[in-house]
Amino acid sequence: MELFLRLDTLVLSRIQFALNISFHILFPTITIALAWYLFYFKIKLHFTKDEVWMRAYRFWVKIFALTFALGVVSGITMSFQFGTNWPGFMQTVGNIAGPLLGYEVLTAFFLEATFLGIMLFGMNRVKPWVHTLASFIVAFGTSMSAFWILSLNSWMQTPTGFEMIDGVAHVTDWFEVIFNPSFPYRLSHMLLASGLTASFLIIGLSAYRIYRGDEKRAPKQTLKTALTIAALLAPTQIFLGDMHGLNTLEHQPQKVAAIEGIWHTEQGAPLVLFAVPDEKTQQNLWAIEIPNLASFILTHDWQGELKGLNEFDKHPPVAPVFYAFRIMVALGMLMLLVAWVARWQIFKKQQTSPLLSKVLIAMTFSGWVATLAGWYVTEIGRQPYLVSGILTVEQAVTPIAPENVGFSLLLYILVYSGLLVAYIHTVFLMARRAVDIEEINTTAVDNSLEVQHA
Amino acid sequence: MHNYLSADSLAIIFAGLTGLAVLLYAILDGYDLGVGILMPTNDNQTASTMIASIGPFWDANETWLVLAVGLILIAFPAAHNVILEALYIPVVILLIALILRGVAFDFRVKAAMSHRPKWDLLFKLGSVLAALSQGYMLGMYVMGFESSLTAYLFAGLSALGVLAAYAYIGACWLVMKTQNQLQKQATIWARKAGRLTFLGVVAVSIVNPLINPAVFERWFSLPNAILLLPLPLFCFVLFLVVDRLLKRMPFKDDVSCWIPFVAAVMIFFICFNAFAFSFFPEIVPGKLDIFSAASAPESLGFMLWGALVVVPTILCYTFYSYRVFWGKVQELSYY
Repeated sequence: MELFLRLDTLVLSRIQFALNISFHILFPTITIALAWYLFYFKIKLHFTKDEVWMRAYRFWVKIFALTFALGVVSGITMSFQFGTNWPGFMQTVGNIAGPLLGYEVLTAFFLEATFLGIMLFGMNRVKPWVHTLASFIVAFGTSMSAFWILSLNSWMQTPTGFEMIDGVAHVTDWFEVIFNPSFPYRLSHMLLASGLTASFLIIGLSAYRIYRGDEKRAPKQTLKTALTIAALLAPTQIFLGDMHGLNTLEHQPQKVAAIEGIWHTEQGAPLVLFAVPDEKTQQNLWAIEIPNLASFILTHDWQGELKGLNEFDKHPPVAPVFYAFRIMVALGMLMLLVAWVARWQIFKKQQTSPLLSKVLIAMTFSGWVATLAGWYVTEIGRQPYLVSGILTVEQAVTPIAPENVGFSLLLYILVYSGLLVAYIHTVFLMARRAVDIEEINTTAVDNSLEVQHA
Repeated sequence: MHNYLSADSLAIIFAGLTGLAVLLYAILDGYDLGVGILMPTNDNQTASTMIASIGPFWDANETWLVLAVGLILIAFPAAHNVILEALYIPVVILLIALILRGVAFDFRVKAAMSHRPKWDLLFKLGSVLAALSQGYMLGMYVMGFESSLTAYLFAGLSALGVLAAYAYIGACWLVMKTQNQLQKQATIWARKAGRLTFLGVVAVSIVNPLINPAVFERWFSLPNAILLLPLPLFCFVLFLVVDRLLKRMPFKDDVSCWIPFVAAVMIFFICFNAFAFSFFPEIVPGKLDIFSAASAPESLGFMLWGALVVVPTILCYTFYSYRVFWGKVQELSYY
């Protein structure tokens, strides 16, 4: 509490928002893509009638339900945060943020939450195709959630389609608001991030089950399927991330300058692999650089000019953006390497080597780290603005006393860390249980499926 | 669409939608919070059956809160700011409580067996705290967010009232969805909670007009006083009939097991409307009305398209989902 009393409401509110949204995003990042995996398992079951897909579905739908529940409850917190901590946000851009948030809740959240009941508990109560349809609607709903919320987030980064009247944003063109310049890149980047996060979760837990002596076909099948998808998604993501970067250079050059650690405008800027950016002296210490490469990547010209942070009145803090970007990229490359090597080993020998299996298990939640690092790059990279060029975080923050925010922040930290430990622990526990469980009921359910089909 | 509708009518439409979301939230999450409030912590089998009865629904039920808060945020941002700033601490407690019970629901069956009693306790604690904080917030809202002893006392009373009301509708839900020993137990819970709820409703109905002159004016001036009289009378009759019915339940073949729940829903409906009537068109009592708190008409108009399509759809498949899971609760299994 001592520490909190010395911090002001702005800093505490920012930490609290970052904590809430970081905790929340962990779970949708899994469920968005995992919902499509489950739908795929159901489709394979319909077409192949191979019960291995039913077993895969039954194991993963339980993980999905747990993950979804954590996403729902941490999402409720989000809808209160604007009013409790950031009143200036809605006062200034409420006419835009409101409807986008509203569409997120209306078209998506409900689609998910209502059909989820049928998807999770209704398989024996509705016809098989209705159940598969429910799985599809849940998957579609989670993706639509991502669509609207990323549209709003992108608008905050690159606002278009509005005019300011008496300090309040009014919409002039909804199409321009929704499809603002950075939106297509950010949405695809995030959906692929979700795909990779869910894939590595499936890979990690399946490898873990096999490592613990699970002889059943289901974990082998899910390992293979998820590795194939990860091997395809990883290079696509790297390519798309590069395009996203070029888009950022065009619309938010100060963010790119922070990412690359370019303090002063230069031609033929080197690519800084690693360094310790020093905000005071405006330079990089202990830099390891590749000459001219940053210019080449960003401008496709070895001597291309890159704007430095000196050109901007307001720019983000360099160190967190700089480090987070390198963590994200390093993990992306590692995912590519691991997915390809593992998929190759399975192709050759039907299994992964013991060492690689351990690597796969260790990387179960690697998608989380990469996704969070990526979000820190883009969100801290927008500072000190809340909405680029329109509203700073300082203008938007609540006037309430820091003690109150300190109290709520403490509670959130306690609850979230407890839940995170419980979640990871439980997911691995469920995998261990699945190793021991005999394959009961699946045949019966499959028969009933066929009866109902006929 | 805002070309056809004036800013004021848009504000009224969105106030109506917000009201609908709040009412549905109170009814739907009310019964599942109620089940949590009543849940025993020393009887695993009963606890499991009770939780199974709300299993397929709670996610969607809680989502109505997001919609309600979201609608206030979107349509009446000024009110959203005033309300949430004034209620900062109870809101935090409500959120933590909802988080705890939401996750406990899943963890209790998925975490290690030895941890189950802890998750059950968290589920019950979360349900109780959520109900209390909602009641407290309602009380403070009625008092116009004053910081006086009267306000805190009234908010405390309101907190207990909401706790009893949720336990009441939760017990009625169990009467409808369960059988045998648990159903019998639920009728006893329902009668006790019903009496407490009745006391709470009476207390709030007396205190509210006494402390808010405008509310008094509205209810007790002629001809309103006569026109409105059937409302509290009908409410009283509902309480009475349900109480008599519960005493003799369960009947042969379990006929009428749904009546207490439907009656409880009607009581919620009446109380909510009486409440809305007391304050409309004010959205923060004594401070702010819906017309001055509303967003720009072009934004509300854009939202209305979505609301007109989505809200009826949601209602339709909510009914569908209840039909699919109709009847007495069975053991929950993921398939």
